[in-house]
Amino acid sequence: MAMDKSMNVLIVDDYKTMLRIIRNLLKQLEFDNVEEATDGAEALAKLRAGNFGLVISDWNMEPMTGLDLLKEVRADARLKHLPFIMITAESKTENVVAAKQAGVSNYIVKPFNAETLREKIEKVLVHA
Amino acid sequence: MHDVNPSQGHPDAIEQAVRQVLGSLAGDMTMTEATLLSELEALGREVQRAKTEIAALRVDDINASHIPRATDELDAVVEHTANATNEILDVCEGLEAMQSRVPASESEKLGAAVTRIYEACSFQDITGQRISKVVSALKAIEGRVAAVTARFSSGADAPPRPEEAVPVTPVTEGRALANGPQLPASASSQQEIDKLLASFD
Repeated sequence: MAMDKSMNVLIVDDYKTMLRIIRNLLKQLEFDNVEEATDGAEALAKLRAGNFGLVISDWNMEPMTGLDLLKEVRADARLKHLPFIMITAESKTENVVAAKQAGVSNYIVKPFNAETLREKIEKVLVHA
Repeated sequence: MHDVNPSQGHPDAIEQAVRQVLGSLAGDMTMTEATLLSELEALGREVQRAKTEIAALRVDDINASHIPRATDELDAVVEHTANATNEILDVCEGLEAMQSRVPASESEKLGAAVTRIYEACSFQDITGQRISKVVSALKAIEGRVAAVTARFSSGADAPPRPEEAVPVTPVTEGRALANGPQLPASASSQQEIDKLLASFD
């Protein structure tokens, strides 16, 4: 199944440099409609106001973390099926389990490579 | 009877409390009681000696100068690496813009090289998070040092200084589990995480 690369993608990270890196990697994967947020609260507002097909979020942000954003997304009737990839340096088993239980679509540990990002995006969008 | 709180830790207060307790006992002190008093007096002298040594360390300098300077230096490291990373990204974006102007075979190699640079640049996020953890540790030390300094400078009879009111923010599960990057020896690999996720299917 072909992916719709014209969809809006929201990337969420409190490090501007990381936002820039992920945006550029997405551009290489031909995702050109990319918006940014620097924490969960800003991301949630954008998600509720817009029309996105994918969220790629960091975990460790202030004031709202990526996990808390994920829970809000899954509790929202309009957003609950939105593909959500966590991309984070949090690599403990308890983090992965908590994210999975909260409904994460996939989980990428930092530092990551472009191939891993491509593979996970493809996986979650094909199964969305 | 005069109230004395031995928990305040001042050697004179401890000794006075012990004397009051032993003085209230009927008859002469037994050998055991005398030994106990002697031990407590020695303990009091140790506390006094420790207090003098801590005062000689000039612990105020730690909070007034050393820790703020260390955190400033670390903040500068984060800022410099962020600036350097952004310059690298500027150049990479310039190279990507040139891709369409070079032969296809070279363009592909150029694209692959740029991708590797992007991947490598994510170090800045990881090092930034690690430095944030160090800064948090330094601030915790600063708080403890301030508490010890205040305790010793407030006098033996003064009650402990109340904790400063800190706004209470709810600790969500996401916040409680936000620990930053693991050390390489204890970090899970992408492969291990994939395996863990697959176990839920």
